[in-house]
Amino acid sequence: MSPASLARRKFLNGIAAAAGGGALLSLVPLLAARPAGANPAQALRPPGALNEPDFLAACVRCGLCVRDCPYDTLVLAPVGGEVTGGTPYFKARSIPCEMCEDIPCVKACPTGALNPKLTDIHDARMGLAVLSDHETCLNYLGLRCDVCYRVCPVIDKAITLESIHNPRSDRHALLLPTVHSDHCTGCGKCEAACVLPEAAIKVMPVALAKGALPDHYRKGWEEKARHGSSLIGDQVEMPVRGLEDKAYGDVRVDRDAPPPAGINSGWKP
Amino acid sequence: MSATRNPLHPGRDAVRDKGWLAAHRYLILRRVSQLGILLLFMTGPWFGLWIAKGNLASSLTLDILPLTDPYLFVQSLAAGFMPASAALIGAAIVIAFYALFGGRLYCAWVCPVNVVTDAAAWLRRRLGLKSGRAPDGNTRYWVLAGSLLLAAFTGTLMWEVVNPVSILQRSLIFGLSGSLAVVLAIFAYDLLVASRGWCGHLCPMGAFYGLLGQKSLVRITADQRGKCDDCMDCFAVCPEPQVIRPALKKAGQDSPLILDADCTNCGRCIDVCNKHVFHFTHRFDQRSDS
Repeated sequence: MSPASLARRKFLNGIAAAAGGGALLSLVPLLAARPAGANPAQALRPPGALNEPDFLAACVRCGLCVRDCPYDTLVLAPVGGEVTGGTPYFKARSIPCEMCEDIPCVKACPTGALNPKLTDIHDARMGLAVLSDHETCLNYLGLRCDVCYRVCPVIDKAITLESIHNPRSDRHALLLPTVHSDHCTGCGKCEAACVLPEAAIKVMPVALAKGALPDHYRKGWEEKARHGSSLIGDQVEMPVRGLEDKAYGDVRVDRDAPPPAGINSGWKP
Repeated sequence: MSATRNPLHPGRDAVRDKGWLAAHRYLILRRVSQLGILLLFMTGPWFGLWIAKGNLASSLTLDILPLTDPYLFVQSLAAGFMPASAALIGAAIVIAFYALFGGRLYCAWVCPVNVVTDAAAWLRRRLGLKSGRAPDGNTRYWVLAGSLLLAAFTGTLMWEVVNPVSILQRSLIFGLSGSLAVVLAIFAYDLLVASRGWCGHLCPMGAFYGLLGQKSLVRITADQRGKCDDCMDCFAVCPEPQVIRPALKKAGQDSPLILDADCTNCGRCIDVCNKHVFHFTHRFDQRSDS
């Protein structure tokens, strides 16, 4: 074989190798093709996890966080499952995060995919609890279940019970579990503890759960408190005929009657 | 004794002359090594005795020694993420080890996929299969480059979604499902399509470790090459047969050392040679009988 034909053969082999390698690699995105951020909403990342695109660049799928989780909350995703193969996640309804004070999973992470700057577990934002079903939540039905509220590790901050009038009975309160995103870590204790066969409160990714006000919205009461007084001056008090001797805004006709309580059902003892 | 050429049963002469155990010495040692390394990760979950934690991608041994796979580390870098110091130290230790002792030592002595491809190669030899056609041996370098480009373009460790080495070792250590399809695919490919196809031609991880260990100290030498009787047994069992000829037959080099970075230091050539031609040595040992 002449040197020229040998060189040509080498060159052609190189081309074939490159083409073969390219063909093999082009299979990868096909196999990995999933809609962006297609992890199921119920699969939660460990505390301190970077946002999903960064997390998938940083996590080497070593499972050290899984090994150091004392409650077996974290698991590694199997290949071909709904979560990116080999990455850690947990499902709140199965085993929620117990919010360890020393955050061993973050300490175990060698790459920083779980951000080592997270030193107070209360700053973790694994997700956001949402009382997603008002139709089955026992407290919304007027019962005193309160379980999600009671088990919340950040009780009275992350979940409060908001008391409102129960118009159905007209003389009871509804104590509505209300989640506050300022404090909810997304640990999932509420979802795990919900007594219903299917939880009415669920932890969801923050981006999925959270609404947003337009930038130009201001809350009058906050602005007023910050300013010390009303920003638009005192309201003009127009006289109301027949109520001239009453405090402004007091519309009761019979001064001695008790104040009305919501909708009057006309109930009599 | 003249050479008995029997491509279906390489090493038969060695078994007869040296005994079965000596003729399988390095094969057994390698299997012990591969299994033992996995077992170091298993004593924790099985018996609560934690020796190594994590998996081959990144681990912590005896709560002190961090090790990180440098190929994964480089993929992370390509994806635009600078891993934290624990991973950096771990990768540096691994790089230093393989640069010193032979890059593809990983392939022959650590990687669990090696067991699968060795089994496929053994069966292909036994059945006398000649089907298929292997891609060019340099394809692996293109796959390596491509895997890093893929990471750079997607910003994620895209190759790790399909990397059979990662998938198999992780599934074994963490008891995950989903690796069987990968194992069967590689076994079938190596058995029916390409002899030593995966490890010897495609795997970018092997290519990466090969590049790491180009100047490594531990080498196999054909120092007794004068005794070679051309039985071809070493070529039949070698996972990278092209590395033997320069040392054994003085093709393009005078040194008896196998210096090709593709050599996995598996020692199988030492096992199957009944003339004791090959030995482990270091890269400065130029002794030779011819």
